[in-house]
Amino acid sequence: MAEAEVTLNRPLKQRKKKMATEDIIFTIFNTTFLVLFAIVTIYPILNTLAYSFNEGNDAVRGGIHLLPRKFATKNYETVFAKEGIIVGARITVLRTILGTLTSLFANALLSFILSRKRFLFKSSLSLFWIITMYASGGLIPTMVLFRYLHLTQSFWVYVIPGMVSAFNVMVMRTYMGGIPESLEESAMLEGAGYMTVFAKIISPLCKPVYATIALFVAVYHWNSWFDAMLYNRMNPEYTTLQYELMKLLDNVSTATSGQVSAQQAAQTGGASVTVTPMTVRAAATIATMAPIIALYPFLQRYFVTGLTIGGVKE
Amino acid sequence: MDDLTSKDEMTGKSGNKADFFTLKAERESKILATRAGDNLSKVDPAQEKKQKKFKETPKFTVKEFKRQWILVVIGAIYVIYGLVFNYAPLVGWIMAFQNFKYNKGIFKSKFVGLDKFKFLFSDNSFLLVIRNTFVMGVLNLVFSTVVAIAFAILLNEVRNKYFKKSIQTISYMPHFLSWIIVVAIVHDAVSNTGVINEILLGLHIIDQPYPFLAKPGWFWPLVTLSHLWKETGWNAIIYLAAITSIDPCLYESAAIDGAGRFQKMRYVTLPSLRPTIIILLIMNMGNVLNAGFELQYLLGNDVVRNVSRTIDIYVLEWAMDGRNMDYSLGTAAGIFKTVVSLVLIVMANYIAKRKGDERLF
Repeated sequence: MAEAEVTLNRPLKQRKKKMATEDIIFTIFNTTFLVLFAIVTIYPILNTLAYSFNEGNDAVRGGIHLLPRKFATKNYETVFAKEGIIVGARITVLRTILGTLTSLFANALLSFILSRKRFLFKSSLSLFWIITMYASGGLIPTMVLFRYLHLTQSFWVYVIPGMVSAFNVMVMRTYMGGIPESLEESAMLEGAGYMTVFAKIISPLCKPVYATIALFVAVYHWNSWFDAMLYNRMNPEYTTLQYELMKLLDNVSTATSGQVSAQQAAQTGGASVTVTPMTVRAAATIATMAPIIALYPFLQRYFVTGLTIGGVKE
Repeated sequence: MDDLTSKDEMTGKSGNKADFFTLKAERESKILATRAGDNLSKVDPAQEKKQKKFKETPKFTVKEFKRQWILVVIGAIYVIYGLVFNYAPLVGWIMAFQNFKYNKGIFKSKFVGLDKFKFLFSDNSFLLVIRNTFVMGVLNLVFSTVVAIAFAILLNEVRNKYFKKSIQTISYMPHFLSWIIVVAIVHDAVSNTGVINEILLGLHIIDQPYPFLAKPGWFWPLVTLSHLWKETGWNAIIYLAAITSIDPCLYESAAIDGAGRFQKMRYVTLPSLRPTIIILLIMNMGNVLNAGFELQYLLGNDVVRNVSRTIDIYVLEWAMDGRNMDYSLGTAAGIFKTVVSLVLIVMANYIAKRKGDERLF
């Protein structure tokens, strides 16, 4: 494109020169801006990382940027010694695995039947699920319903209610609709039933879209805390990692802000290695986001295709 | 994306090159339609006619029914699941017209007509939360759209592939962090010893650390900025995809006419993005009142209470166990939110239709 532009403008030398300087100035500004944008995005995370490895009382003075001033791992030891965090981590891992598998299966199967061209109730069933995207009962009716169904105060409230997501189904359905019908027909001529077609023919071809949806669902499960607060507040055995992090955050913002803890720091003298709520929270934050950040480089290609995949063709 | 395109070609549906651009344009509209989850109704009339001609859904016959009984059975299971988990809560809307007591249940609680709604609209704090929700929703909608488009266009101008890719990868990473982590980060950044105060002190703009979180006037800007930090990169993906599907011929002919970089952005890129922008705006209209729960709930405190509480938080306060628990009032507030959201979507859609632009339905 750039080449075409240059050759086509050859007669207009003056203009070309002007454009070239304009171009250079623009590129400089644009690059600077984008680099700044990236720094703003990533700096806070690195800063939290530095705090999480810093000795507690020392951190209260502030002024830590990319590297810890007094290195210590005590914060992480404190975090991993908290029972809530351990239980929360176990529940979160469990719900992420179980929730992702069940939800993927449920969404895939529904997408499969909705993408069968011969299915008699195709359009009515689609409409039935599309409506759920626009009209939801809201917080309280849902909560009351779960109580009647005895889903509250249990682990299953994390997995069962959210299994089918109309949005994910629409993405998958579009993708499956793009698989040639002839594959299904020839399999059926050889005696395969619908379930065999689903398991042996459609699913293997849908790996990219399955990966994407699984990833979205997994991230959702990993990050959720509200259901833990709403349904399992009284049941510490079903707490989640993010909910524990939220409780830590709550404690810090109410109990200690800068000034108070600075005084505490002065009183204790800061000779030995100590922890403060601030650094413990930083450590917990990093520990909670670590799995996502660690997997991010490997998985990010699915994230992008995720938004565009459904639109490949129908 | 590349391997997907090649699969297209393998299946033989887009063999020749001329089809390629129409396919790309189609893909773009499909992306949006899929995001709306509404691509059923967004087929253009000509195609629809063609589909009718080769009617694919067979007639309802006993034979056909027997042939696909398994699909029907599975479909029925999904209907039951949907009725229980998605439609039953809608029945719960009855609670808003009752004086609901959990022990009595939905069938035995006393009906009170519109009393709960009357109370709501005479409750000053409810009017306050409507204002908060609406203002924060509109701020988010406007800023996130403008910034995401600007970011996508600027990123598209980068010629170095690796630089472009790195910036993009970094930009949408925060989307995958939970709001709790984001709030922890915002807390740190604006605290007395945080980086913002450090910079302001360093530049001698202020001589005392400024308590951003304790200033009601700063709450809305902080919420908007947090949203921008978390979602700009992610929102830009859809615009970037739309930009890549713009026909390069348009840029070439613009270049022949002597358009510079800025003119191309102004007269080619932006107009080509118009349908995408309009569809996303319509879709997000319905989310204006949804724009606030987690962030406001986590970032707010007693000092900024009057500007931080949103409808969702108001509902939650009536729902949590406590002295003032009132499920009926909370449900009424929830109904108000859902109905207004639906009205907003339909209205935005109607306006887009009147102006002859893209629309959802």
